[in-house]
Amino acid sequence: MPFRFEDAESLRDGLRQVDYLSDEGIAGVVYLADRLQKPILVEGPAGTGKTQLAKSVAEVLGSRLIRLQCYEGLDEAKALYEWNYKKQLLRIQSDRSDEHDWAEVSEDIFSEEFLLTRPLLEAISAVDPVVLLIDEVDRVEVETEALLLEILSDYQVSIPELGTIEARQIPLVFLTSNNTRELSEALKRRCLYLHIDYPNLEREKEIVLAKVPGITENLADQVARVVRSIRQIELKKAPSVSETIDWARTLVLLGVEKIEEQTASDTLNILLKYQSDIRKAAKELVTADGVSV
Amino acid sequence: MTATGTPEGNGSSAEPVPSELGDAILELLNGFIVELRAVGLPVSLTENLDALEAVKHIPIGDRESFKYALGATLVKHYNHWKAFETVFEVYFSLRGKEYTIGEDGELLDLESGELDDAETGDQQGAGGGGENLSPEELAEMLFQSLLRGDSQMMRGVARQAVRRFAGMEPGRPVGGTYYLYRTLRNLDLDKVLERLLQQAQHTHGEASELDQRLWRDEYQQRIDQLQMEIEAEIRRRLVADRGVEAMAKTLRKPLPEDVDFMHASREEMANLRKAIYPLTRKLAARLQRKRRHGRRGPLDFRRTVRASLSYGGVPLEPKFRNPNPHKPEIFVIADISGSVAAFARFTLHLVYAISGQFSKVRSFVFIDGLDEVTSYFEGVEDINEAVHRVNTEADVVWVDGHSDYGHALGVFWQEYGSDVGPRTSVMILGDARNNYHAAESWIISEMQDKARHVYWLNPEPRSYWDTGDSIVGEYAQHCDGSFEVRNLRQLEAFVEHLV
Repeated sequence: MPFRFEDAESLRDGLRQVDYLSDEGIAGVVYLADRLQKPILVEGPAGTGKTQLAKSVAEVLGSRLIRLQCYEGLDEAKALYEWNYKKQLLRIQSDRSDEHDWAEVSEDIFSEEFLLTRPLLEAISAVDPVVLLIDEVDRVEVETEALLLEILSDYQVSIPELGTIEARQIPLVFLTSNNTRELSEALKRRCLYLHIDYPNLEREKEIVLAKVPGITENLADQVARVVRSIRQIELKKAPSVSETIDWARTLVLLGVEKIEEQTASDTLNILLKYQSDIRKAAKELVTADGVSV
Repeated sequence: MTATGTPEGNGSSAEPVPSELGDAILELLNGFIVELRAVGLPVSLTENLDALEAVKHIPIGDRESFKYALGATLVKHYNHWKAFETVFEVYFSLRGKEYTIGEDGELLDLESGELDDAETGDQQGAGGGGENLSPEELAEMLFQSLLRGDSQMMRGVARQAVRRFAGMEPGRPVGGTYYLYRTLRNLDLDKVLERLLQQAQHTHGEASELDQRLWRDEYQQRIDQLQMEIEAEIRRRLVADRGVEAMAKTLRKPLPEDVDFMHASREEMANLRKAIYPLTRKLAARLQRKRRHGRRGPLDFRRTVRASLSYGGVPLEPKFRNPNPHKPEIFVIADISGSVAAFARFTLHLVYAISGQFSKVRSFVFIDGLDEVTSYFEGVEDINEAVHRVNTEADVVWVDGHSDYGHALGVFWQEYGSDVGPRTSVMILGDARNNYHAAESWIISEMQDKARHVYWLNPEPRSYWDTGDSIVGEYAQHCDGSFEVRNLRQLEAFVEHLV
């Protein structure tokens, strides 16, 4: 099977064209995942573009993105497959008049025609190369995680009545986690690990420039600098990249050209979501000596 | 000179990618993984194989990709990344073209003893390049490189500074921190920072406080970068001198969750503080889940029989009582004298962060006197702040400010003893180093009679217990359990046990 990416550098360029500013690490790991045919487990603080990465990679490749949103109580029937019970019933009833014997019918109703595919099965039975995104995998219970193991390591799904369905192509799999719990070793072992942290100054500036129309380079630079300083303060919740973008948009709408203390502290509530954080940041930013409490 | 264990270090780093990995690299990687395991990273065999597979796909000359390839396959916890980086720096510090030393001619001829060369170069002022710089010129170069944020130049300055100031001697068994300290002392970076700020003010004219703050952060970051360069340079030299394995061993540091509370350095402390918040969030989520999905209650006989009537008396559908797990009431009594203050702080932090899991939390702190500090935590959004207030405002000194467990427990029992009831779990935190005061262990014994549980948490290693003035054994015999809690991992395990 041909590889998707020539090298890490070209992937990075491709991502840039769809407005996803990656860094060397991100592009490198995605490239490796393709080469090694392994899923990627993406972790990191909220709002740093974990889900977006999968979407952007799909966009670069021009392939379909199949998404499985995880939540507590997710089960086999919603993640893997389900038998179309109603259709099976209809089939049995419509046969009643005929002289088909039971064996024939039972074989018939457990065929692919009566199978409802759910995201995971859909991803591996697809003919075209797809990107599979398993979002917020830390939300399912530890036991449900086991559902994923077979598909992640062997790219196959075993259905007792039907046998094993093997992948027609190897999908590129992204799992994201917000780290609300430790994932099992078994899952981690099967994946490449990618931690996406807050971007550094240059990258954040580039992101702001790419995502906020009409922003001047100068303002973008200032935005990135202020956000970096805020992240250095010990806060309950540091501003995420999406919040940075929101803030930059607001500043553009307000017609701000240079960030003054007043504008900064007036609009801090867009960056920070806790009252105590806002107070703390407002206080710290104007104490020039940078001595934190 | 020590055997270096990096025979292929002699090769040029810009070699084309070999399709099959050479034995030498394989061996080096093996050593690397063994070292990772020694540090405490759980690297499984599959991950090991993945790493070997992964490095085949990337150009070996590209140090950064090489690092990410190894990182993605071997390191599966973010907390471990730093430890990984350190080991990586040691094992692969000789690679990458930016680390070539131009003026030394051929790169890294380990056997010829690069260190000696550096030494003589230092004394004779020979060796070309920056060697002829006077200290003032070097200081100026340092200033300029920081002002412009020119990383290439910074690297050069770092290299020069280490040569000049660290005074490294081959074979000397001191760690890198010693050399780092010597180098930094000579550079006087605080003063440089001030000068940079003045310069910025000078060029930009009028500046608001926000601007000043931003400049300071910017320059501070550049200085941190320089410091990292210096560290890397020292490490590189040490590795060349003492060999990879010896060096890795001296640099071995505990992982964040294994850092000992009582002996944490300032930097480690800061890391611990950062680590505790995600930890509490994780713990709270887990406990919540456990409560919701926990075991079912016991069999409800009456309802089972009632349900069986619809099946002609066959108990097809067993009915269970609703699970009603109790929420314990927690009393935390913490010693906050100097020796164990950090430990108390983390425990209080953790307990309050998950206070939703308890019906009530009350906390008391003592040294030789005792004070209730519950109110400090009420309605506070920022636990750090509350803990800070506990340390500064609580009235805990009775006579001389040396721990007196007997007296403190006495005060507790007299004033708050009546509040301890059958649903209360009492956690006592301290090393039980009583300065030879009276133990008054009868209080613990009575407490245990009244309370649901009494636990003793000791931040000292178990082997130190009951040595010197420690009398934890005397108290522990009346407790339901005594635990050694020296690091986050143990603390987490205990709290889970508690709920």
